[in-house]
Amino acid sequence: MASIEQTERNRAAGFVAPALIWVLAFFVLPFAVMIGMSFARLEGRTIVHGLFSDNYVRFFSEPSLFKGLTVSLEITLIVTVISVLLAYPLAWIIAMRVPARYQRLALMLAVLPFWTSYVVRSYAWLLVLGQNGVINKALMGLGVIAEPLAIASTRTATVIGFVHFFVMLLTLTIYANLIQLSPNYARAAADLGASAFATFRHIILPLTLPGVVTGAFLTFVLCIGDYITPQILGGNSELTLPQLIMLQLGRRGDFPMASALSIVLMAVVTLAYLACARWLKLDRV
Amino acid sequence: MGRLLTWAYMALIYSFIFLPVAVLVLFSFQDSRLPVPPFTGPSLRWYAQVLGDRDLMAALGNSLIVALISSAVALVLGFLAAHALARYRLPGSVLIRGLLIAPMTVSYLIIALGLLTVFNQIGLRPSLLATGIGHVVINLPLCFAILYAAMGDQQKNAERAARDLGASETRVLWHISAPMLMAPMAAAFFLSVTFSWDEFIIAFLLTRFDVTLPVEIWSMLRSGLSPKTNAIGSLVFLVSISVLILLELTIFRKPRR
Repeated sequence: MASIEQTERNRAAGFVAPALIWVLAFFVLPFAVMIGMSFARLEGRTIVHGLFSDNYVRFFSEPSLFKGLTVSLEITLIVTVISVLLAYPLAWIIAMRVPARYQRLALMLAVLPFWTSYVVRSYAWLLVLGQNGVINKALMGLGVIAEPLAIASTRTATVIGFVHFFVMLLTLTIYANLIQLSPNYARAAADLGASAFATFRHIILPLTLPGVVTGAFLTFVLCIGDYITPQILGGNSELTLPQLIMLQLGRRGDFPMASALSIVLMAVVTLAYLACARWLKLDRV
Repeated sequence: MGRLLTWAYMALIYSFIFLPVAVLVLFSFQDSRLPVPPFTGPSLRWYAQVLGDRDLMAALGNSLIVALISSAVALVLGFLAAHALARYRLPGSVLIRGLLIAPMTVSYLIIALGLLTVFNQIGLRPSLLATGIGHVVINLPLCFAILYAAMGDQQKNAERAARDLGASETRVLWHISAPMLMAPMAAAFFLSVTFSWDEFIIAFLLTRFDVTLPVEIWSMLRSGLSPKTNAIGSLVFLVSISVLILLELTIFRKPRR
């Protein structure tokens, strides 16, 4: 009996081993090396390993570095809030107002731009928002403005590009949540005399809150770690944390500083996770 | 009133969603050198340039190879791990599950930086191989999660029946488990290919001479706005949509009862 269990266990271990080894070798190990690297120090062009706190001290004392964190946090929070506010009504309309057989189509259309490449999507916003882009040409043609608006290479452009992406993502997650609700709840509330608004406020919204929080967390994580959108749309007007990390790598090959900044980024994401852990359903995979 | 508001909101937000794609595609047919109004097309000259661009076509091929191979590896590893964790009692299975999912919660930039650091130290040069390894790291959690969630009791019974009839474990996996999971496997593979195909930062840091398509497009951006970038962007869009529609009509079509 015990030997059968033993063979079974060995066999299972054999099945799980390749994936586990891959994750350990190419994810856990690199991460550990990066933590070690963040305590190293760059002298000239050589990396001196050791237990130096230089990078972290510099991060908290040099405004140009620390500002990356505040800029990233500000942009991410603005993007998350706007995206949820825009996506929720759309998901609600698709789930509640669009006839059932058109819902799939409506949803697929809502995420259509997902299928262009990520880099190209940010570039496309540049065409829309640029100095002589579509919006400026249209507004000037209509005589609304005399001089082109400077939107590209500002925080506004970064936020617009991000919101565009995350509205699509959040519409999907919130819709998935709404569609699981039994219509009986709303019907029961209506029968008991609740107004449409009261039904939404006291029934629908609380029931979909976990889905919203999960989507918002996903938005937060993807947004704060993204390099492309702020680099293409925001330019160098103000640098986010990922832009600073890339700058360290590119300019002087400062792996220690880049690693330290990455650890800071990880810490922020972990804090965000802990903050909304009790609403998240990530562990139910 | 409520109805009007509903449709107005829908129209507004769909315009916002479509705006950049519409502009992208429209000005890919621009005849002059700048993809900004006024529209001077239609012309196919930029598409001809894209198709005649060797670097771009090579990058496209590289992307395809990396996407297909890394997704296949992620799918196989994810399937075996999901099978083991769904069917057997393993010590530390909660921890193992957590580890396999973990890369999902970490920004691609950090994964890329970690790999770059390690590869530098062991002397593995930036290459398509290095990029592919990174893409397996990001897609393995996805494949594992999808397949783990899809392994139900119905399947378990079929596997047990096959085993009772004397099928070896490999035969059970190959003839029972895998075919029964065809739809989720296809979904996992397709999603992985999409993510790998479109992934930028890992490929950017881990390739040098042979690059993938997003990296090549990125370097095109440095020379400013050009209808050529619109053309390659529109082509990628067209291909993705075609594949999507094809899959929608074949594999993911819900059987009508």
